[in-house]
This record gives sequence, C-alpha cells and structure tokens, in this order.
Amino acid sequence: MTFFYDKLLGGKQGAIGLAIIALLILVVFPLTLDLFRLNLVGKYLTYAFVAVSLVLLWGYGGILSLGQGIFFGLGGYGMAMFLKLEASDPESTKIQSTPGIPDFMDWNQITELPWFWVPFESFGFTLLAILTIPALFAFIIGFAMFKRRVSGVYFAIITQAIALILTVLIVGQQGYTGGINGITDLRTLNGWDIRDDSSKYILYFINAFLLLGCVLVGRYVLTSKFGRLLLAMRDKEDRVRFSGYDVSNFKIFVFCLAAMMSAIGGAMFTLQVGFMSPSFVGIVPSIEMVIFAAVGGRMSLIGAIYGTLLVNYGKTVFSESFPEVWLFLMGGLFIAVVMFFPNGLAGIYEKYSKRLFSCLRNGGDCGRRVTARILSFRTKSRATDDRRTGEAA
Amino acid sequence: MSSETDFTLAIEDLTVSFDGFKAVNGLSMYIDRNELRVVIGPNGAGKTTVLDLICGKTKATSGSIKFKNHELTNLSEHQIVRAGVGRKFQTPSIYENLSVFENLEISYPKGRGVFGSLAFERTAEVEARIREVAADIFLEDSLEMEAALLSHGQKQWLEIGMLLIQDPELLMLDEPVAGMSVREREQTADLLNRICQGRSVLVIEHDMEFVARIAHKVTVLHQGMILAEGSMDKVQNDPKVIEVYLGH
Repeated sequence: MTFFYDKLLGGKQGAIGLAIIALLILVVFPLTLDLFRLNLVGKYLTYAFVAVSLVLLWGYGGILSLGQGIFFGLGGYGMAMFLKLEASDPESTKIQSTPGIPDFMDWNQITELPWFWVPFESFGFTLLAILTIPALFAFIIGFAMFKRRVSGVYFAIITQAIALILTVLIVGQQGYTGGINGITDLRTLNGWDIRDDSSKYILYFINAFLLLGCVLVGRYVLTSKFGRLLLAMRDKEDRVRFSGYDVSNFKIFVFCLAAMMSAIGGAMFTLQVGFMSPSFVGIVPSIEMVIFAAVGGRMSLIGAIYGTLLVNYGKTVFSESFPEVWLFLMGGLFIAVVMFFPNGLAGIYEKYSKRLFSCLRNGGDCGRRVTARILSFRTKSRATDDRRTGEAA
Repeated sequence: MSSETDFTLAIEDLTVSFDGFKAVNGLSMYIDRNELRVVIGPNGAGKTTVLDLICGKTKATSGSIKFKNHELTNLSEHQIVRAGVGRKFQTPSIYENLSVFENLEISYPKGRGVFGSLAFERTAEVEARIREVAADIFLEDSLEMEAALLSHGQKQWLEIGMLLIQDPELLMLDEPVAGMSVREREQTADLLNRICQGRSVLVIEHDMEFVARIAHKVTVLHQGMILAEGSMDKVQNDPKVIEVYLGH
C-alpha cells in the first residue's frame, strides 16, 4: 500500500494532482462535451503521451528530442497497418486489379502484399510491434548517439534529421506506406466498428486510462533512484560518470521508455482519428509536442497533460479565427514560456498555490502580498524553482 | 615494464600527447597503501592531466597505470570507479538541485545499473551509512539542505563525502581546500589525515602550508615530468624546485 501511495502516486500532493486530472478527463469531459468535442479531446490526449514522455526525457533527463514524432508515427502506423489490412478484405476490394491488398498499393501497381505488411494481419503481433519496434529503433539511435557522448543541440538536430528522413521515406514509398495521404479509410478492429458512437466513447476511456498509466509509470521512474540520477546527470554528467555509473545506459533507457510511451499515443491516435499520415511524424509535429510539454511544465508529468490540452484548445480556437498568425503565436508562446516560465504552468502553480492556500487560511492582506511576489518573481533563482517542481512531479 | 608491485598505484612511463604537445612525458610514480601523496607544480605542469589519465577521462598515448596490479588505461571511467578509484574535481562538482542526503545517496555504491537504480530502496543500512559519512565531512546537520545553498567549502567537503561513501582504495583530490577559510582548511587537513588510513590518497594542492600539514611525500611536476620527489623538507630545499617553482 505504501508502495502504491509513495512510488506511484507520489505522496499526498501527487495523489491530489492525479485525482484532479483523472476527474477532469474521466468524468468532467465525458459529461459536459458532445461526442465530436470529446473525440477532439481524445485526439489531444494522444499527444499528451508524447508530452509526458518528454517530461521524463527532456525535463528530467535533459535530453531534448525534437523527433518524438518518429515514435508517435511508428506506433500510429503500426496500428494503421493492422486496421488497413482488415479493411482490405477481398470482398470489399474486389473492384481492384489485385483484390485483398490495401487500395493505395493497388493504385501503385503493387500486386502482392509486401513482406513487412504480412505480420500485421495478426492483432497480437501488431500490439507487440507498437511497443517494441519504436523502443528498438530508439535503442539503436540511443546506442549510436549516447555511447559516443553526443548530447545537447547535436542530439536534438540528429533526432530532427531522423524525423525528416522518416517523413521523406514514407512520402516517397507511396506504394508501401500510402505516401503523403497516409493510411486512410480504417473501419474495424477485429470486426468491431471503430467509427460508431459507442466505440468512440470506449476508445476515449481506454486512451485516458492508458495515459494515466503512463503517468504512473513515469512517477515510479522519477521517484526511484533512477529519477534522481536523471536530474544529477542533467546537472553534472561527469560527476555521475565518475561515481561509477555508465551514463549512456541510463540515457538509452529513458529514450526507449519515452519512445514506447509516444508510440502508445500514436496507436491510440490512429484508433480515435481513423487515419495516420506523415504529417504526424515530421519535424513540425515533433516540435509542437515539445511546446506542449514546455507550456505545461517540463518538470511535471501532469502539467504536460494540461499543457497539451490548453495549447491544442488555443490552436483550435485561434486557427479558426486567425489561421495566418497561429504559427507565429505558437512560436511566440514557446519563446515566452522558455524565457519567463522555464517550468511552465506547473511551475507557476507550484510557486503560487502554496502561498495562496496559506493566505486563504490566514485571511488578511494576501492580495497585496501576492501582487508583490508576482512582481518580484523574476529575481528568484531558477535553481530553487527547479527543485520545487522536481519534488512536485 | 609491466611489473608486479605491492603499490596501490604504479604509474610507469606514462605519456600523453595533445597534437604533439606532451602534457605528461614519461612519468613514473608509485603510491603506497596508507600513503598521502601531494603533487605540486607550477601552472601547466600536468597535475590535473595526471588525475585525468588515472581516472580515464583522458586516454594515455603510451605507458601504464596499474591499480593493485590491474591495468587501468584500457578501462572506461565507470569501470575504473568500480575498481576502487575515486576522484574529486577542481571546482566542486556536486548536484546542486538535490539535497545533501540525495547527493550522498546517489554516490552510494549500490543500484548502479539501470534496473538496479529502479529497484533501489532507501534501507536503514543506506541511511546509516549516509549519516556516518555526513558526520565525517561535518555536514550531519545539513542533510536536508539543498546542495546549492552550501558554502563553497562545504561543497568541497560534500564532494569528498560522495567519494568516501564509495570507500575507494585510491582517492584523488584536485585542490580540495580551494576557497576554504582558515578554520575549514584545518578541519580538512584533519579529515584527510583520518581518511588516508586503509587507502591511498593523491592530492593536488597549491597551498604550501596546507601541503606541509598533510603530505607524507611530495612529488613536484614540471612540464609533464617529475622534477623532485621526497619529503616536504627535502623538496623545499631542492635547488631545481626553488628555481622553477618555489623561488617565484
């Protein structure tokens, strides 16, 4: 019981934070939003998997990956391949010149199912592939980079290059991947129609529970010695190395874990949105995911979920009214957050919530004091800030 | 060349060359068990480079470094640490975001693998050991304090403590009293005299008064080579040493 409470929930404060977000996405959203909007929230929550993974990787590990879309995409494509094969049974594809293969293959004069598509006829294999292929790919990248001590900006640029390469590959190999359109027209999962209303509700809840599960896994990792080592590595990598740790192994592990979480998000995206395309793999979505984590708070697993929801809500609202300025707004938001609120919303909450609560209990002149604090917040040291939010996550 | 010795550390004919510049040139040095050796020398003499070579931060061009008759030159940094060599850096290298307790805990030599660290438990044994070391380094009352808030001298002690908790057989300290007050220097000298029991300690230091207090034997480096070696008195009166170093 104490294991569950301390290691997974993160003590009292962590348990409250988790209860609030669980209440919000499991009760409040489903009760107040219509199905269209709920499905939209479900889509945003799939990005939150990536944002949560970035808290581990970037916030704590100090490893900025600008290519998490790679893993989101690999997970999403894995699921899409399975669904596409199911949607391409000989009966519904009988007008094609080769019935029984996905339609885009037929359009590209491919007459036989490529070998790497064949195993995706099995649902078990697909689930396994969604979890292991991205992790394996991350292991290869991580092994090649971290063993050679590539880090910081260089690592970020390499991940970005890989994201670009993968996008180009998917677009270029149209016959095998569906090209720029992606894999579309997905219908059923083992005969269960994923497009009707009740399945959308069910998928939303599966998604929400998986996301909360990822937060728990993240909590466990961060409250263990591993989590403190991540912070220590971010701070003084050489000291960790000269304390007898093989630093690269820790980086590889957290990179693989982040890849696996992102891939689950990708697979859930495909299920809820009904297609997968290269526009969720490349550089732009990868950077957007980093912005979600930054806005929410890169030191807070739960903050990252709020950040994802808020930025995407803003994106939906603003991109409808001012489509041409949205990208600038997003860029500006990122710069502002990094400059003024390095720990994002969670950092701001952490800083002011305690004071606010104690003010409310004591009554009196808290308004004036809070204003004074807000005015002087910039002079506070960043180190203390990191530490506080570190405890909270 | 690769002889068997009784020394804790036997460095033989060690050379490292950076683009033709020999920072350490044909160096041989032997350190006994229970010995506290101080290496002195003018700036650029290669003192820190010698420590870098021993702990694996820099790879030697030629020569051998043997620790209890095990060759270190082909091991990676973490393997050298696990073999029993601890090293303190010139500027205090501690984890500022973590508390003193957590700093020591991370240095505790258990759970050093990825999965070991995930399963690591803060047992009573771990806690007792941390408190014991904290008492040694005069920080028993600051365990919960964030390391960033310690004074410069206390940070130096903390880093020494982070090495002590690993119980290394060879402890290498690069300028351990830099930035310390007179009182702190005295405490540190006592600390070093205490901890060299049962292990070997290699110290780089500039402060001659401090060196005289702690050194069993002094090695003077100049331009990557040994200029003189022996007791403090002998070294201080060596005309070559006076010329290149102490005479200034």
